[in-house]
Amino acid sequence: MMSDWRPSASLETLRARARLLGEVRAFFARRGVLEVETPVLGHGGSTDVHLASLQVAANTPGSLEPLWLQTSPEFHMKRLLAAGSGPIFQLARSFRDGEVGRRHNIEFTMLEWYRPGFNLDQLIEETTTLVRQLLPAPPARVLRHRYRDLFGEYLAIDPFLATQEELGQLASRHADADMSVESRDTCLDLLMSLAIEPHLGREELSVVVDYPASQAALARRHRDAQGEWVASRFELYLDGVELANGYDELTDADEQRARFAEDNRERRALGLPEVAVDNRLLAALEHGMPEGAGVALGMDRLVQLALDKQSVGEVMAFATPVA
Amino acid sequence: MANYSTNEFKGGLKVMLDGDPCTIVDNEFVKPGKGQAFNRVKLRNLNTGRVWERTFKSGESLEGADVMELEMEYLYNDGEMWYFMKTDGSFEQYAVEKKALGDTEKWLKEQVPYTVTLWNDNAINVSPPNFIELEVVETDPGLKGDTAQGGSKPATLSSGAVVRVPLFINQGEVLKIDTRSGEYVSRA
Repeated sequence: MMSDWRPSASLETLRARARLLGEVRAFFARRGVLEVETPVLGHGGSTDVHLASLQVAANTPGSLEPLWLQTSPEFHMKRLLAAGSGPIFQLARSFRDGEVGRRHNIEFTMLEWYRPGFNLDQLIEETTTLVRQLLPAPPARVLRHRYRDLFGEYLAIDPFLATQEELGQLASRHADADMSVESRDTCLDLLMSLAIEPHLGREELSVVVDYPASQAALARRHRDAQGEWVASRFELYLDGVELANGYDELTDADEQRARFAEDNRERRALGLPEVAVDNRLLAALEHGMPEGAGVALGMDRLVQLALDKQSVGEVMAFATPVA
Repeated sequence: MANYSTNEFKGGLKVMLDGDPCTIVDNEFVKPGKGQAFNRVKLRNLNTGRVWERTFKSGESLEGADVMELEMEYLYNDGEMWYFMKTDGSFEQYAVEKKALGDTEKWLKEQVPYTVTLWNDNAINVSPPNFIELEVVETDPGLKGDTAQGGSKPATLSSGAVVRVPLFINQGEVLKIDTRSGEYVSRA
């Protein structure tokens, strides 16, 4: 008889998970943030070059349409913001093809929330407060690190001023493979993943800010103290694990349209499938989305760390391999 | 041979890397928040036995290696080559070089089945069974009645391996040995 019908999480873990989800809802209820539910299937997808969307063919009245499974609830939630929803949060099922591992599962739960009127500092404060409330033994301090300073500290290199050749050589050494032909961002991503991330979030909650402007995704850009263009974005780390990614949200429809087009150009160049741009999001931005900040937090990873489990699969009723 | 993409990587998969056949020991998917995904892969080089860690961009692929693992009985050696025979009834024999034998040389016993790794039909590795029964050919005399835990002494086995055995073991006895740890398990 097949034995893989069993859940990948213990029932005790699922009870603890339910309690943590309850605490998340109570946290936002106290703060007057509205819980919303948006579709996981949409007509537009994420053009993000590094995210692989899953697509389904759905019979809608009159036609067989390709629909995208969301990689995050971002676009639909932004349309709610543009419609005047005020602050909103969602515990949303999200899907990223090919992402399987101790920290990844193709289908996962994203906690995402938006704060019209907040700046990035206020959102960092709120995110770290929530995370600390959910941890049984939260680290005493929250420390901020600039992306640039981390590269200086752990790799003795300036990620903004280093030449392509220097970055390629350093990345090749850490990968034990030739990375000299890879782009600047690929080399930086590799060094961040292999050489820096493991050190972050040890005895502290680490907040990383001032990412390179090329890694802004849907965040605004600003000049840092040295006059360098950086992304108005933060990431949160605990125990070497990336937990959350927050933006001072881009509200400029033209800039957003240009970034989507650039993503698809890059996709073509890399031989990746193009993704239908979400024109309804662009229309919402044109109508006007309130200025503010938003953040996405990997709920399964947070539960994993709170319960001290080895992999995200252990905190999901049925991880993809047994789903 | 087929090509395998990083998302097909899993423990035990045999691939070619830098001209050598390798087996994948471990594969971890890593991805920075918004960036390029990588696979951190531990591989064992089947020619040298060396394990090393390599990072691949997710989506890269490696050529599969024409590697087979077969059960073969050890027959004899002529001082230069060691001879093994397939157990599938074909009686087909393979000559194995000392280099491919490695540590397994000290666990060889005639008519015992070993796992022989073939690459392009050449034997490149021989692994012993986890447990093997071997006779003690030399050790200090046993202490009568001393079956208590505690002391141990070296014993040379018929295959040439030297293992620590309890003090009560005598020359001529047959012992069960764990070849992975090289430790005495029990009398056979």
